[in-house]
Amino acid sequence: MGKEKSKSGPLARRPDNSAFKQQRLPAWSPMLTASAVLPFFYLLALICMLLGVWLLLTVQNTQEMKVDYTEAGSCNLCFEMRKNVSNAGQRCTCMIMFSIEKAFKGDVFIYYGLRNFHQNLRRYMDSRDDGQMLGRKSNLKSPSSYCKPFDVDEKGVPIAPCGAVANSMFNDSFILTYYTINGPTVVPLLRKGLTWYTDKNVKYRNPKMDNLTLPEVFEGTTRPPYWQKPVYQLDPFDPNNNGFINDDLLVWMREAAFPNFKKLYGFLYRANKPFTKGLPAGNYSVTISYNFPVQYFKGRKEVVLTTVSWFGGQNHFLPIAYLVTSGLILLTAVVLTVVWWKFGKDGKNMAD
Amino acid sequence: MTWRSPLALLRDAVLSQKAREKELRSLVSNLPFEGLGKSKQPNRFFKPNAIKTNKYTPLFFIPMNLYEQFHRLANVYFVGLAILNFIPVVNAFQPEVALIPICVIMFLTALKDGWEDFRRYQSDKKLNNMPCLIYSRTAKHYIERRWKDVRVGDFVKVVCNETVPADLLLLHTSDPNNVCHIETSNLDGETNLKQRNALPGLCTSNDVFEPESFNCTVVCEKPNNNLNHFKCFVEKPDKEKTGAGIESLLLRGCTVRNTEHAIGFVVYAGHETKSMLNNNGPRYKRSKLERRLNVDVFFCVLLLFIMCLIGSLGHYLWLKNLSDVPSFLVSDSKGHLDSPSLSSFYMFFTMIILLQILIPISLYVSVELVKIGQIFFILTDVDLYDEETDSQVQCRSLNITEDLGQIEYIFSDKTGTLTENKMVFRRCSIMGKDYPHKENANRLALLEETESEENVIFSQSTLSSQASRYDEDSSPVDTHRHGSRHRSKMAVNRQSSMAFSSPLETQVIPDEKLLQQISRSERSSSGISDPYMDFFLALAICNSVVVSMATTQRQRVSSPSHSHKTNNPLESFSVLVKRTGSFWKVFDSPKQNGSSTSAHKRSDDANGVQPRALDTVTLSARPAAASGDVCYEAESPDEAALVYAAKTYGFTLLARTPNSVTVRVPSGEELVFEVLDTLAFDSNRKRMSVLVRHPITGEYVLYTKGADYAIMELLGTPYAEHLSGQQKKIAADTQYHLDCYAKDGLRTLCITKKIVSSREYQSWLADRKRALAAIDGREELMMASAVQLETELTLLGATGIEDRLQESVPDTITALREAGIKVWVLTGDKPETALNIGYACRLMEEGDLVINMSCKNKVTCVSILDCTLEEVRRYHEDPRNVDTTQKISLMIDGDTLAIALSPDLQDRFLDLAKRCRSVLCCRVTPLQKSRVVKLVRDKLKVMTLAVGDGANDVNMIQVADVGIGISGQEGMQAVMASDFAITRFKHLKKLLLVHGHWCHTRLANMIIYFFYKNAAYVNLLFWYQFYCGFSGTAMIDYWLMIFFNLFFTSTPPIMFGIMDKDVSAEMLMGVPELYRTGQGSGEYNFRTFWISMLDAFYQSLVCFFVPYLAYQGSDVDIFTFGTPLNTSSLFIILLHLGIEIKSWTVVHWIIMLGSVALYFIVTLAYSAICVTCNPPSNPYWILQNQMADPMFYLICIISTVVALLPRYTFYVLKNSIAPSPLIQAKHLDRMEPSVRDMWMKEWRSLRGGTEVKESRLSTPPSPTLETSVDFYPGFGDAASFVGEDMSLNVIGD
Repeated sequence: MGKEKSKSGPLARRPDNSAFKQQRLPAWSPMLTASAVLPFFYLLALICMLLGVWLLLTVQNTQEMKVDYTEAGSCNLCFEMRKNVSNAGQRCTCMIMFSIEKAFKGDVFIYYGLRNFHQNLRRYMDSRDDGQMLGRKSNLKSPSSYCKPFDVDEKGVPIAPCGAVANSMFNDSFILTYYTINGPTVVPLLRKGLTWYTDKNVKYRNPKMDNLTLPEVFEGTTRPPYWQKPVYQLDPFDPNNNGFINDDLLVWMREAAFPNFKKLYGFLYRANKPFTKGLPAGNYSVTISYNFPVQYFKGRKEVVLTTVSWFGGQNHFLPIAYLVTSGLILLTAVVLTVVWWKFGKDGKNMAD
Repeated sequence: MTWRSPLALLRDAVLSQKAREKELRSLVSNLPFEGLGKSKQPNRFFKPNAIKTNKYTPLFFIPMNLYEQFHRLANVYFVGLAILNFIPVVNAFQPEVALIPICVIMFLTALKDGWEDFRRYQSDKKLNNMPCLIYSRTAKHYIERRWKDVRVGDFVKVVCNETVPADLLLLHTSDPNNVCHIETSNLDGETNLKQRNALPGLCTSNDVFEPESFNCTVVCEKPNNNLNHFKCFVEKPDKEKTGAGIESLLLRGCTVRNTEHAIGFVVYAGHETKSMLNNNGPRYKRSKLERRLNVDVFFCVLLLFIMCLIGSLGHYLWLKNLSDVPSFLVSDSKGHLDSPSLSSFYMFFTMIILLQILIPISLYVSVELVKIGQIFFILTDVDLYDEETDSQVQCRSLNITEDLGQIEYIFSDKTGTLTENKMVFRRCSIMGKDYPHKENANRLALLEETESEENVIFSQSTLSSQASRYDEDSSPVDTHRHGSRHRSKMAVNRQSSMAFSSPLETQVIPDEKLLQQISRSERSSSGISDPYMDFFLALAICNSVVVSMATTQRQRVSSPSHSHKTNNPLESFSVLVKRTGSFWKVFDSPKQNGSSTSAHKRSDDANGVQPRALDTVTLSARPAAASGDVCYEAESPDEAALVYAAKTYGFTLLARTPNSVTVRVPSGEELVFEVLDTLAFDSNRKRMSVLVRHPITGEYVLYTKGADYAIMELLGTPYAEHLSGQQKKIAADTQYHLDCYAKDGLRTLCITKKIVSSREYQSWLADRKRALAAIDGREELMMASAVQLETELTLLGATGIEDRLQESVPDTITALREAGIKVWVLTGDKPETALNIGYACRLMEEGDLVINMSCKNKVTCVSILDCTLEEVRRYHEDPRNVDTTQKISLMIDGDTLAIALSPDLQDRFLDLAKRCRSVLCCRVTPLQKSRVVKLVRDKLKVMTLAVGDGANDVNMIQVADVGIGISGQEGMQAVMASDFAITRFKHLKKLLLVHGHWCHTRLANMIIYFFYKNAAYVNLLFWYQFYCGFSGTAMIDYWLMIFFNLFFTSTPPIMFGIMDKDVSAEMLMGVPELYRTGQGSGEYNFRTFWISMLDAFYQSLVCFFVPYLAYQGSDVDIFTFGTPLNTSSLFIILLHLGIEIKSWTVVHWIIMLGSVALYFIVTLAYSAICVTCNPPSNPYWILQNQMADPMFYLICIISTVVALLPRYTFYVLKNSIAPSPLIQAKHLDRMEPSVRDMWMKEWRSLRGGTEVKESRLSTPPSPTLETSVDFYPGFGDAASFVGEDMSLNVIGD
């Protein structure tokens, strides 16, 4: 008897006669019948169609070129050489010729592509220490256990950057040459600004300098076992592009979603002729410093040149998807129109 | 505390255990031992009165609560997964993070448990510290102590309006007759006063009870939870035993009323009291939907297993395919790589962790939340609120709301369920002469009319215009008259619910002929042994009605506003009298104002009859003035009706004590009858008797009343043998009248008398005493002794009491039948009464084929069953009857039912019964009721609902899938046993047709959706495994995955389950046929489940492969790829629900849009803040980046459209080509109300639903016309007795 309500009187326990409590809130109840949804279907088909056409036109203007250099041409030798781990320290350079039929207009992006390389394996992905790469000194000296077995070397010296991801970094380099009538010209590449702004400026930092030089900061650490040079010497030309904020390292550290992927290597530098409008048609060669072994995973390596549209690189799937969807919706709409025609226009069939 | 050796403590513990386990306990007074050490106390082995219902102690809360929580399978699953995550070789996520969900869930549960336990602790503390009076030897009087100090063997004094602290054996009361009145509303909700008697023979001559002189031993049985049963005897030092039963026990929690104080001996204390033993928690029932749900969860487990197996197998093949060790294959710290088979074995467990949410554990929590919401809406439904009793529907079982939407069979009690259980004396037959009481019938008809009119006025609340119509003498106050009158009428009725004293029941207009007859016989035989006098004396004496003075209205603690309400009845009643004044015209007396007319008239008519005693109208109209007026408190309403009837004829019951009854006879004389014994009513004997000594003649007279079949076979000599032969066939005449009454739907009782010789009495008394003192087999002995006396009875007459049909019962039953529910009525009444009610409430209709089964032995029963079955089958196979609905009704009586329920016949009986539209079982026992329900439930595999109001329905209510109790006049036992408690039968219509349907469709759709949601989301992860070497990678950040299920997509389905409305309530009420969609497997079945699972697979395929193809070969990183996936799956999952939602209210919009907004806000914030907080997978700035990329939007749009297109199109096509009845109803819903009503009517008539008339007790059609298959030859004859008074019944129409 304890819960006597504050209300008293004969109707004390009468429930409120409010719309909410009586479940009589005004409601919109859409009828999913042909007549009601037909306009929506036609409209949706039209929108998809327009988007599809627009995307298709955009994609038509983009260009892409892939050059597989795994064992093509003189790279065959290097490929064979890399099969033997004992030759890891030896340099190997090779060159591939290719030609561009139609000029690449506008900005040209140069990627390196890998096939069959699973950057998305769970254990591999986790094998990194973001704290270390954020420049935390403690993590620099004692890397996270996630980095195992690439956290310390045999002597117990911490590895920087630690982990399998950094260790397996792609380390081929390319020199693109354009053969004009006047002889070969090296295609100027811009190798900066490859990463997201936030990666370069927030997510990855070098450890605090405190008036020390970069090599001094990294003292007491060692390079990852597969690397040839330490992390503070990644870019021999630009001292500010070294350590944990090296663009190539950052690009590599952003793990690819699929086993076949490409990663940004550089942009075409368009300041000087003949590259002001992009890559002109003609013969090109790419000289590769061939370091990255792929035979362990039956992988392929390639160089990708591409121009981009407002919605990314060359992408034939989206326009087709939009057009096909539009067609499907249109078909459905037609069927529904027939249904609407046959089965009563405004639900009069209810009386049957 | 004195120090005691551990050994002694141990010995004590063993001894007390033994003492408690013993069947019989011997208790002595504590007083001689007062002040002695604990080991000296004689009653130390029994539990103290302090109670402790809290489960936990502060110190051990955490371990105990954890232990409790791990009893839940879901928690074990969660924790198992979390532990799995801590094993390095199989973990899928960071172990610490994986612990979060389970920790949150368990913490919240612990918080809730802790709070509840604290509340229990507080209430225990409050109870334990309540004051009470315990006798102390040192202080020589009762001193105030706390409840917790009460021990077995103490003497406790309880004063008026105080609560009894423990189970007390009543020894003494302030009442001169040593009785005590208690109210047991705290225990069973019954508010009528019950009389308890002090143990006789203990109290010495003086009024003061001396506890110190109490030197007897109380021997009582082991504590049990039966509130209506207690066995005990008190052994005096001289070995004399006195038996005592429940009538001498004051139960803990009862309140003492009308008695200044009572002194009792504590028999049971604390947890051993009957009320505490009865105090078990809420019942847990599993609904049909939940059982189905568990099957599907099992399917999910199977699916999960298969998916994990595929993952592990895939991983094995992938590893095998690698010829060498690539740099992306990370070895463990020692540079060692597991073999493919071992790592694929580990991968199996990793996959379980990764895909764990495929098992919708959160579904159980959500289902519970949804049910709470659904119950909230049922409770707040104003249509289920009863103004008269100010009570709403109660949901006692919290988890079977959706079962209400799947009912196929209803088993209903008759009395109090279909009928009002407001007993009104209608007519009687004395000495074979019928007194029809026509005026009384007229009055009832009129009263009913005015009542309904008043309701209309109230609901329209148009005050003034109507007010003047009724209140000619309208005063300025009258503008508020209607509201107050209505309210006051309710107050009257509420009062009546505890005292059975509404004017309807208290008033009887006497039959003139009978009045004359009484006055004649009074004059002639000076009121000693005249059958008429005896008849009314029997009515007045032979009952258990308690008399309380109208002026000493007891005060009820629970309703403080009561006092002001009690003034209102007279005002309302005077109005009522005025309005019903027309019936006074029947009397040829001068037209005056209501009350004075009646008083005047009756004093004219029955000269010699005391006007004051007769005048019942003045009783109600002037309670304040007539200080000598009495109120009757009866446990059963028909007893009260009979007492009021006797009072009308001048035989006023003035007082009742255990040993005497005072009756004022018409001559004004007050006769005090010494009550020698009362043989209480029980369902086996079906009668009760009172043995009194007549104050004038000094004879021992036994008055017996009971059911006619229980009485007729006990008849001995007819009354007054010396009378002429014509009168000797009284029994036959009375039987004839009884049959007539039954045809009218009246409840009949036979009244008899027996004069017991003094020698006979003495020998019987010895037997009786033996029986009373017995502990073993006491019931049997008591029963035998009662039967021994109740022989050779002399028939005085019979009474007919009307029990009116409740409001809109026929309408409700018709609607339920249209809804495809079969209604069975199980009643203890006579077949004739039952049949009449069956017609009145439209259980059966004119033109129905009524099969009447009644046979005495098995052979005939078998042959009848076979014949009937054959006939019914033929009827069904007849091509002419194909399109007509089954119009066969079965009527069976208790004896036949017992035969039909035998194992070899029950299949045939069920086969017959399921072909019948309605079944009427009469004269069935409570046990049979539950057997019938159980049989139908188990054999036919259908959902059953039992509805009843009395203790005899408890079995049935407990057995049925859904038990509904009607809180009415017969106490609360049915309500206590029920899952839902309503106040009126008509509420069943809305409860089932609207709430049942809604709850079922909502929950069913919600559950299906939940399965879909989890499967669709988890499959995204599964598809990704094909591209990451089955390594258990998740492309969505783990935190976001948790949030996704916990915040972004959890509220919409819950809201959907609580608030979605497929068809409006009006439509569901108007077209009961819509209820059929829920019957059988309902909306949630094998097909719908798998369709939605397939849809989930399809949608997840779209949701994964559209982004995959779009990003194929690009430089996208893994978490950037996961973002559009996560986003578009959010849109798909929410819009999928959007397709399912039938009506969008503002709440829907807020929650749906809120969920989307929450997703973006939380994800953006998380991506902005979290630089390294979730180490291997930092989603830093990813959504921001994506939202700046047009590709993101293009992907989200296309995958959402493609994923939802099939379902949307399917719905549109289905609704356009072959709309289900629900869709058609929804369509009608959108029309104008007038047009809608027209369509609704047309629909109902189209489906063969009959037009429903508001009909009350209508004339039953002559049974001979429609019972073409009538196997009960006697019945046809009986049915042809359509008495001249039949016309009375149709007045109400």
